[in-house]
Parts: sequence; structure tokens; C-alpha cells
Amino acid sequence: MADALHTLSAAELGRRLAAGTLTSRALCEALIVRYQAVNDKVGAFTHLDQADVLAQADASDARRKAGQGRGPLEGIPVAIKDNIAVKGQPLTCSSKMLAPLVSPYDSHVAERLRAAGAILYGRLNMDEFAMGSSTENSALRKTFNPWDLARIPGGSSGGSAAALAAGLVPLSLGSDTGGSIRQPASHCGVVGLKPTYGLISRFGLVAFASSLDQIGPMARSVEDCELLLNALASADARDMTCFGPSDRALTPAGDAKQLRIGIPKGFLGKGVAPEVAAAVNAAVEFYRAQGCAISEVELPSADLAVPTYYVVATAEASSNLGRYDGVRYGHRSATAGTPVEMMTASRSEGFGPEVKRRILLGTFVLSAGYADAYYVRALRARAKIRAEYLAALAGVDVLLTPTVPTPAFKVGEKASDPLQLYLEDIFTIPANLAGLPAISVPCGKSGHLPVGFHLVGAPLSESKLLAAGRLFEAAHGYADQQAAL
Amino acid sequence: MSNVPSDWEVVIGLEVHVQLHTRAKVFASSPWGFGKEPNEQVDPVVLGLPGTLPVVNREAVEKAILFGLVVGAEVPERCAWDRKNYFYPDNPKNYQLTQKDFPVVVGGQVEIELPGASRNVMGEHKFIRIHHAHLEEDVGKLSHAGSGSLVDYNRAGVPLLEIVTEPDLRSSAEAEAFLRSLVAMLTQAGVADCDMEKGQLRCDCNVSVRRRGDAKLGTRTETKNLNSISSVRDTVIYETARQIRELEAGRSITQETRGWNAELARGYVLRDKEDAHDYRYFPDPDIPTLKISRDTVTRLAKQVPENLYDRQRRYVDKLGLPYTAASVLVNDRALAEWFEAAVAAHPANPSGIANLVANDLLRDLAASAGAAGAFDEAAPAPLSLASCPIKPAQLAGLVKLTDDGVISKQQAKEVFAEMFKSGKDAAAIVDAKGLRQNSDTGELEKIVQEVIADPAVAKSIAEYRAGNEKAINALKGPIMKRTQGKANPVLIDQLLRKFLA
Repeated sequence: MADALHTLSAAELGRRLAAGTLTSRALCEALIVRYQAVNDKVGAFTHLDQADVLAQADASDARRKAGQGRGPLEGIPVAIKDNIAVKGQPLTCSSKMLAPLVSPYDSHVAERLRAAGAILYGRLNMDEFAMGSSTENSALRKTFNPWDLARIPGGSSGGSAAALAAGLVPLSLGSDTGGSIRQPASHCGVVGLKPTYGLISRFGLVAFASSLDQIGPMARSVEDCELLLNALASADARDMTCFGPSDRALTPAGDAKQLRIGIPKGFLGKGVAPEVAAAVNAAVEFYRAQGCAISEVELPSADLAVPTYYVVATAEASSNLGRYDGVRYGHRSATAGTPVEMMTASRSEGFGPEVKRRILLGTFVLSAGYADAYYVRALRARAKIRAEYLAALAGVDVLLTPTVPTPAFKVGEKASDPLQLYLEDIFTIPANLAGLPAISVPCGKSGHLPVGFHLVGAPLSESKLLAAGRLFEAAHGYADQQAAL
Repeated sequence: MSNVPSDWEVVIGLEVHVQLHTRAKVFASSPWGFGKEPNEQVDPVVLGLPGTLPVVNREAVEKAILFGLVVGAEVPERCAWDRKNYFYPDNPKNYQLTQKDFPVVVGGQVEIELPGASRNVMGEHKFIRIHHAHLEEDVGKLSHAGSGSLVDYNRAGVPLLEIVTEPDLRSSAEAEAFLRSLVAMLTQAGVADCDMEKGQLRCDCNVSVRRRGDAKLGTRTETKNLNSISSVRDTVIYETARQIRELEAGRSITQETRGWNAELARGYVLRDKEDAHDYRYFPDPDIPTLKISRDTVTRLAKQVPENLYDRQRRYVDKLGLPYTAASVLVNDRALAEWFEAAVAAHPANPSGIANLVANDLLRDLAASAGAAGAFDEAAPAPLSLASCPIKPAQLAGLVKLTDDGVISKQQAKEVFAEMFKSGKDAAAIVDAKGLRQNSDTGELEKIVQEVIADPAVAKSIAEYRAGNEKAINALKGPIMKRTQGKANPVLIDQLLRKFLA
């Protein structure tokens, strides 16, 4: 089954669809068969409306037949993390709080995908409200790493990464607040890109921490990731923080072999597993051999990133999640009483423990008497981290580190130790704090578990990250990126 | 007027919440207005559905800037929004977007006029300083029905400008005058409609008292959500008396938030300082800081109308209007502009025009409009000047006919009534009705002499000559009869006196 449809890249599927050797219906039917065989094992999807998928596929085939194809994504399924609104589909954020909710509107990215002719294919599991690094915080189901079903897929976009690695879908959307695209991409051996803050509209992305959240593309190849990114990036008047690609052109990629690569000092030391360090060092040596200039850079405030993140993100989350109160939609407690009592009971029942922990933390750091010591200081630290990253990126094109210090851990292994779990994001968080684009690209294995390296660039340098990724991918192949199930 | 003992001084500051006159809500494209079915004027953004984001309505920001220019405030280079977090079902996101640190209006002042000794006498003028004004979103309305609660989000997201004064007001009369002046400025600039019956203007009222001469302010209380000028006045009177009573009895004032029951005319405690909310303000990450370009400010500055009291002073000093007429005209910008258009057509007699506008025209318009509710029970009913059958130049024409002696003042009233009915020019009505006065001295002299010669009036002439002034009137009837009532009465009077002398 080397040529089975579920193993092919979106680019290859697009070529076959364009050549008329494949229909979107045949592709979707094959993926539904794969879904029926595999999804219960992996748990990537929380919802798939097969009839709707086939209707979309038929409509796509009809467009193509009429000569009205909409471009390279025409007829290709894209699975969507369950915190991105698609009209008529569930929007649960894998939370009991929103389990009854069906979105009455399309997010901007859903509109973009429809305009590109893509098939909006099912809902993907995640940590509740995107809070977590293992997808164990989903209130709906467990998701397992396709490379080792006893292990976590990473998170919070665990469903998005696992679906790709399991061959359930060729493309998926994730969201990234502190590493939620890149960390599961690394653990599942796929590619995940967090764009520059403001490149892709957040309209329709359920907010976790508004100043950090970005939607991003995930795929089994860098080429596919780029294909999806190009469809998503566009200005949107409904998100005042989104400027899209139209205002400022993405930095031209140039020749990837000319890239100057910075290695942050000390990053490969602290808590990085030896196999991870070895795989990442091999990637560095690859780039050096290609002619890239490698240099060490200083990021003295890097240690502040995790604590800064957990103040800023929880502060914003405590406010963003205020709206879930059972009054207008979502879970409503059966407990009678005053409106405020009903709201309190609905929230107590609807949110899981990690969400409650972060709401409490965020409420605390914004409270009178504490805000100056925590929230205001965190904003200062954030500004400092951003300044250091921008300064470092003035001298090099990209910064290269591991994506995650260690390979995927076992389900339940860190569930009782949130602080240990928070360190999963130590390398990915600074890009969110600084609003910078970053990508995770697979670079080998630690035993049977995938390892990825991480590139961060200056604002709007996505094309450099993608060019660097493509150079690596061209030399290392794509075949190894799907787990055998 | 309250009766504050002379050794006490009351200090008042107001926070006035005004719904701005805009087509769309402040952070959503949903329209808003009065009298819709519950939850008809909502969209995903207004309801705070997951994933929705606010987008600042430029029109609302411009209205707020325009207010700043009207009160002579500083227009800052930038403004920004913060989140005010609190849980209540009328608040769709459980946070309210407001401006805590970077409001759209900083400073400024509002001129007020206190009541004079009588309606004909202008009262004292004062300036009340504005601390700042910020742009925020209104909330929905919660009501209780049977065992449950109902919530209507039509009002949620309506743009609100919260105007905060310095504690410059010193009496209920000043508070009342401030609100009247503020309402006139807001409506005349098109910033807001201020219809209190529709809840478009609501007030929080901070009151404290101190012994006259004390430098330190007393502990204040804040009475929330007052929805009429009379409620503000009554609250100040009530709260002043209560605080003085407490202090004179040796008790202290608790800093607290209070409500007002207008039916019972009584205040009550809502919550004390211990229960004060911690709103956990922080900068809204969804709305970037908004830069206010100087081009925008320049463009908006051109929309600022003449200040109410500058206009009043101009009418009295330059046009020679009596204070009473001037004060009526300046209250309504459209009325004042209508008046000025009439004066432009007949500049010789502004007072004559003002008299007709302020009395006859307003009376007839009010009668035709019916007793429509106004923002303020003491102000004139809303006008429909735009649909008024008489146009300014036509009214000027009527005044000119009177001034030229073509018709009498009495006839002018009759012509005015006909103009209001038909919209015809005064001259046309005068001609059609044959109202033109006979002022031909030669012709009238002849008639007067003929009447005097008639033996039937000999008795009246004798009485007049004997000193009975009124007896002369008996001669006017026959003269009017011979001229079909068109004789110029002033001229007849002159001629009679001349020939009987």
C-alpha cells in the first residue's frame, strides 16, 4: 500500500486531482475508510460528518469539471482543531462547557478554505481550551501518539498532529499560544508552523490568550505546510490585530544555503535528552555542510520566558473565559437559584481542572494589590524578551533549537505535575511572547519517537523558515513521516 | 431648590453616561435603536460568541472626539481600551470594554447658566470642568419573570460616552443646569440624542458635604443609574440633607454605592466599600492602541457648532434680542439657525422675528406635534422645523409687511395663522384677503372729515372735547366701515386728533 491515498502529500494529491486521475470523492471515501479503521486507536477526531464531507467533495468535483477549480487546495481535505469556528459544526474546544455548541458562523480561516475549494474535514481533539501540552486535558476523549499508542501526541493541537501522523488527513489546522502547534508536530513527526502574530486572522479562533494566539498550518511536509499557509494568510477587518500579508510583503526567501543560523547559547544543555540533542546537532551540521553560516547567539532573558508566559497567558485567559457562564450558550447547570448562582455552578461543572487552575492563576495575577508584582512585571519581561530576540535576529536569519527538550512521554506520566509539563514549552514560548514566526521540522528519532528542530525568524520571515525546512526535507525525505498503524 | 444650612457646603461630581448617535454598535456592525423585539439587534460579536472579536466603530470614536472639541478638551494623540472584568448576566463577555488609562477626551469645560430671579432675567454663569470622557460599551437588560430571569442584549454594545466632571458643582440647581447645558451641547453637535425616556442618558451622582471653609472634602457617596434630570436634582437634595443630618448627629458618612427610588423619592444603600468590585482591569489585547490623526481632529473641528451661550450673548448684544427670546432660541440649534435665516432675509428687525419665532411659531409647532415626550420635562417639545409650512424667508416677509405699515400687528397674527396652514407667502395672503391697509392720507383725511361732519357722532365729539379720551373710539367704527376695515388705525387716530383739536 505504498501508494495508498492516505499516505500521499497534499501537493501530490493536488497533482492527481488536477490531472483527473483522482476525484475528491474518491479521496474522501478513502480517508473515511482510514478513519473507520484507525481513529478509535488514535483518537484524533472528536467529530466527522461523513455525509457533509462527501457532499463537499461532490461539489468540488463538480466545480473542477466545470472549469471552476479554486486552486491548489481544491478538493483536498483539511481537518480543523476544535477551537476554530466552522458554521454548522461543533465548536467544543474539547470542553464539557461547550460540548453542546454548534457554531452559527465561519471563522476567517474557514472562509478562506472554502474560497480555496478545500474540504472542511471534521473536528480535531485538543487540550481543553488549548490549555495543555499532551491533549490529556480534553474532556471529550483521549488522543494517542501514532508512533507509540501508549504515549501522548503533545498538545494542545494533539489531534491535529496525530491525525497527520496517522494518515487520517493530509492537512490540518492548529492553534499555537505557547507551542501548541510546534510541540505536538515535533512529538508526532510532522511539520507545524506558527505564523507571525497578525499574519492570519483570529476571527473565529476561540481565544485562550489573545495577544499570543495564532492559527497555523500543519502537514506532513514543509511543502504542504506552505501550501496551506498561503491559503490562510489574508487581511481581515474583523480582527484588528491582523494585518495579513498585504500590508508588508513576506521577506523574500533567497537561497536557503545562504541563511545565517544562530544557535542560542546554553539551549542544548538544560534538560535536553541526549538523543534529542544529537538529532538537532545533526541538523545543525547538515546546514553547515550546505554552506549556512552558523553562529552562537546570546538570549540572556530566555529563562524568564516560561514564568512570563504563565502570567500573561493566564491573565488573558481568566478574562477570555469569563463569557462561558451558561447564560447564552454552552453548559448550563441544572442547579436552580439566582442568575449569578447559576453562572457560578455552570462554570464549576463545565471547566476541567487545568482550565480552573489557569483561571485562578490569571485572576490572581490581575487582582488589585498583585497586578503590579505579577502582570505588569510580566509585560516588562515580555518586552525585554522580544527586544533580545529582535536584536539576535538582526544578526542572523533564524534561530535553531530543539522544539521540545524530550520525546513524547507516556500517557499519565506528567499528569500530576503541571510544572514539569509547563517546561515542555520552554523552547517554543518565546516566539509567542515576541510575536515571531516559528516552525518545527522533523529531524530524526529518539528510539522510535520522532524529534523535531525549531526555527524562529524575524517578523514576517515565514518564507525563510519554509525555505530552510524545504532544504532539510529535500535531503532527508518525506517517507518517514507517517506512523505504521 | 434645596435648603442647605448656610454653614454647610455640598460638593457634587457627576458621571454622565450618554449613548452616542451612531448607526452601528461600538465594537460590532449590528445596528441599534429603540423599540425592537428583545434580542433582535444582536450578532455573534454582540453576544460574545466564542471566537468573535471587537472592531472599533470609527463613527463612535469620532463622535467622542467631537464632544471633546465641543467642550474645548485636549484631543489626545492616541486612545486605548481596557477590560473591566465582572460577572453579571447582562454582560455578554463578562467583561466590559472601557478606557481606563487612555481615554478619548481629556479635560474641557461646560458653561452653565443658573436660573435668574425671574424668567426674564439671566442668571449667573459658571464653568464646570470635565475631568475626562471615555468610550465604552453598554450592557444588556436583565429582567425577572416569574421564577426565572430574562435578558435582552439589544442594548449590549451600544456606544456609551462616560463624561466625568471635576467636583465643581455646589448645589442641586447647578447639577440641573449642568445637565441641561450638557444635553444642549451634545444634541446640538449631533453627538447624542440624550432621550432620557429611552435611557440614552444616565447619571451617577457623587455627593459629599463639608463645613463651609473646610479645605478637605467630606466622605462621598455615589448614587448610581439616575435616568432623569429631576432624579439627579432630587438625589442631591436628599443626599445632602441625609449627610448633614448624620454629621450633625455626630455620626460619620460611609463611603458607599447607593441607588435611588424615584417613586418613593428615597435613596438606599446598594453596597459599601468593603463589597467594592475588583475589576481586574488590563489592556484589551484584541484592540490595538488607536492613533488619532490631526487631520481627523481638523475635519471634526469644522463640525463644532457655535457654543450655546456664545450664541445667546450674540443675540442679546449684537441683535438686540430680549434675554427671554434669546434663551428660548439658543436651546435648539435648528430653531436658532431657522431664526438666523429669517434675520438674513430681513435684517432690520431681529426682535420682531424673534418674537414671532419664540412665541407664535413654537406654539403652533408644539400644538401640531402633539405632546411628544422630551429628554427634559421642562424643555420645549421636540420640533419639526424641517416640515414647518412656513419657511424663514416667508416669516421675514411677514415682519417686513408689518414694519412697512402694510398690515397692522393684529392683521399680522391673522396672516401668520394662514401661513402656518397653507405655507403661502404673507404678501399673497394679504392680497387675497384684501388686508392691505389704506394709508393714503389724502383719501383718509376726506373720510375723517365726512364722518366728523355727521350729526350722529356729534355727542361723542362733544364728550371727547370735554376730556373723555375714549369717546374718540366711537368715531373709528364708522371710518372703518367706510373703508371696509382697511384704514390704517394708527393714521386714523392721528387724523382724528388733528381735526378735533
